[in-house]
Amino acid sequence: MKEVKCECGHVNPHGTVLCESCGLTLIEEKAQGKLHDMRYEGSARRSQTYNKTIVDKIWNFFSSVKVGVWLIVITLVASALGTIFPQEMYIPTIMTAAEYYEDQYGWLGKLYYDLGFHNLYSSWWYLVLIASIGVSLVICSIDRAIPLYRALNKQRVTRHESFLKRQRLFTTSASENIDASFEKAKENLAMKRYKIREEDGNILAEKGRFSRWGPYVNHCGLIIFLLGGILRFVPGMYIDDMLWIREGETKVIPETNGEYYLENKEFTLEVYDKDKDNEAFSEAIENAGMVPKNFQSDVILYKKADDSLPGEEAKLEQIKEFNIRVNEPLKFDGYALYQTEYRLGELSTMSFTMMNKKSKEEFGELTIELNDPQTKYDLGDGYSVEVMSYFPDFEFNESGEPTTKSRIPNNPAFVFKMFSPEKPEGEISFVAIQQNLEPFGDNEYQLRFSGIETNDVTGLTVRKDLTLWLFALGGFIFMIGVAQGSYWNHRRIWLRRKDDEIWVAAHTNKNWHGLKREISTILEGTGIEEPLDQLQENENQDSEKKNSNHE
Amino acid sequence: MKKQRLLIRTVILLVLGAAVVYTLYANFTKDDIQKVAVGKKAPDFVLTDMNGEQHRLSDYEGKGVLLNFWATWCKPCEREMPYMDKQYQENQEEDVQILAVNIGESNVVVNEFIKKHDLTFPILNDKKQEVQTVYGIGNLPITFLIGPDGNVVNVHEGEIINEQVVIDMIKEIKP
Repeated sequence: MKEVKCECGHVNPHGTVLCESCGLTLIEEKAQGKLHDMRYEGSARRSQTYNKTIVDKIWNFFSSVKVGVWLIVITLVASALGTIFPQEMYIPTIMTAAEYYEDQYGWLGKLYYDLGFHNLYSSWWYLVLIASIGVSLVICSIDRAIPLYRALNKQRVTRHESFLKRQRLFTTSASENIDASFEKAKENLAMKRYKIREEDGNILAEKGRFSRWGPYVNHCGLIIFLLGGILRFVPGMYIDDMLWIREGETKVIPETNGEYYLENKEFTLEVYDKDKDNEAFSEAIENAGMVPKNFQSDVILYKKADDSLPGEEAKLEQIKEFNIRVNEPLKFDGYALYQTEYRLGELSTMSFTMMNKKSKEEFGELTIELNDPQTKYDLGDGYSVEVMSYFPDFEFNESGEPTTKSRIPNNPAFVFKMFSPEKPEGEISFVAIQQNLEPFGDNEYQLRFSGIETNDVTGLTVRKDLTLWLFALGGFIFMIGVAQGSYWNHRRIWLRRKDDEIWVAAHTNKNWHGLKREISTILEGTGIEEPLDQLQENENQDSEKKNSNHE
Repeated sequence: MKKQRLLIRTVILLVLGAAVVYTLYANFTKDDIQKVAVGKKAPDFVLTDMNGEQHRLSDYEGKGVLLNFWATWCKPCEREMPYMDKQYQENQEEDVQILAVNIGESNVVVNEFIKKHDLTFPILNDKKQEVQTVYGIGNLPITFLIGPDGNVVNVHEGEIINEQVVIDMIKEIKP
């Protein structure tokens, strides 16, 4: 396969339909219509001409816009199917995901899970689809932008007659004074900000060529966007973690290499008060019940000031105090802490009074820190209590023994040994919420529940995202491309002398009506006739034919 | 000309293919990425055991360390504890140290557990939950095998199902 030399002397790449330079038809069978298909200037799209090796075959597959559109359609359908059942992150953790989907939705749910719809964005085939769209974007763009650039760059002023004739806007008109007409037309064209090139007395006036690059700029933006998505997988570029802190606690912030610590001073959940807040809302508040107004964590950020190891008491240096609210994250060193969750009223302490069951006489009170109870509480005068067992999240296991489900004091239970002057060996009692068992017979003393204190826990999302600027850049370039392609048109007007006739042809990539109006002002007073819209003419002829058939 | 085109196409396809493969690979491995990776240095820490003795990981350099993370309410942890304790007793002369880090439960609970299972090896308590944050501990139990050079040799996720597993682990980290 060789390059094609046109009769004008220009050498075109193989597969060119219309000569890049003069516009002569090089491949008759591809340009048979009455009008030329000007979409890619009749340039040689490489994908359609070389198809030998496996590389070419892959290339040509992705170069097809049809394939690209299908990829997008399939991805859209898959995305829609992914919303039929809830995604994995939203299902309760009562059983494994596989069991849950089958249990809740039957065989459809099982299929849904097996095909990976339950975690769509992490499904390999979904990622392959998105990646294929990206590949298709790159290859489609390369395969069209380069030949188009060549064709527009190589175009001559003097176009072949067959090229002009087969433009949508075309006409010939006789003129006595061609030079004068051309001078006037040039003046008008310049006023409309056309770039004018002349050759052998012929004119090519062109403007807005850069709008042809709009789609490709737009694609570059999309590809940068996708790169941002890939970059999120690179370790350290994107962090999304969770930090739970009780009020009064100071904890190391995860993913900061042990550098930063956070103290939770207080968590507040405010609700709208129908008496205090705007009266207009009082009815709505009454109907809805509790309406949250503010979720807020008052925190202090610390930085580690020494090189202590994890587990050691670190010297902390206060960086700042801050009130984290929804949408008002605490930002530091590339990290952001967002208010995302909370747990209200987690038990923190429980108090008991030691009491003689018969006389009801009290012998002192003990307060137990539920997150770290002491082993022994001395009440004085020979009275003391020993904690023998502690179950923060109490339940009976299968064999009927008391155990704990977790370390969170959701349902605390204790085995106490009570010492008194009368019972120096101690009496054992099992105490849980609303329960007081005496497993070894009647005790003389009992621990009477006397109060609790609770604590709020705040849940903060730890986020670091070094990829965000790429998404912003990609989005910005995308918009530039959109604007470039939609607010400007590429318009060309050819004026050619042919003996004592003037041939006029014009082309635009969109908004033909605008071009026609512009031409009519340009040709005003030049004595040149306005070009006719051959497409409309064809339609008129067709419809006339139809009408006559009806008659 | 034709060769050049083939070359350019091949290069572009390879670059795109590499990006796709990387994305898929990263996506598949993102769940089991441990913060403490095999072959990397195990992060140093200082923790106090239930007898009040301090343990600093780097002090054990030159010895192999079997570092286990556990909780009292975790059933598999409870089942594997006796295997580790037995091997601890049998290997006291050897250059291998077995350490079990509780994820910060109260002393009452941990001591009761030690008493119940009659454990003799050092049980450390990560009260401030800093060590587990650094090691990125999610599911329990998890056991890190640290070689004499202080590098992680292997990570065993989940339960140690019998004593032989512990024996093999010790073999792996013996100097």
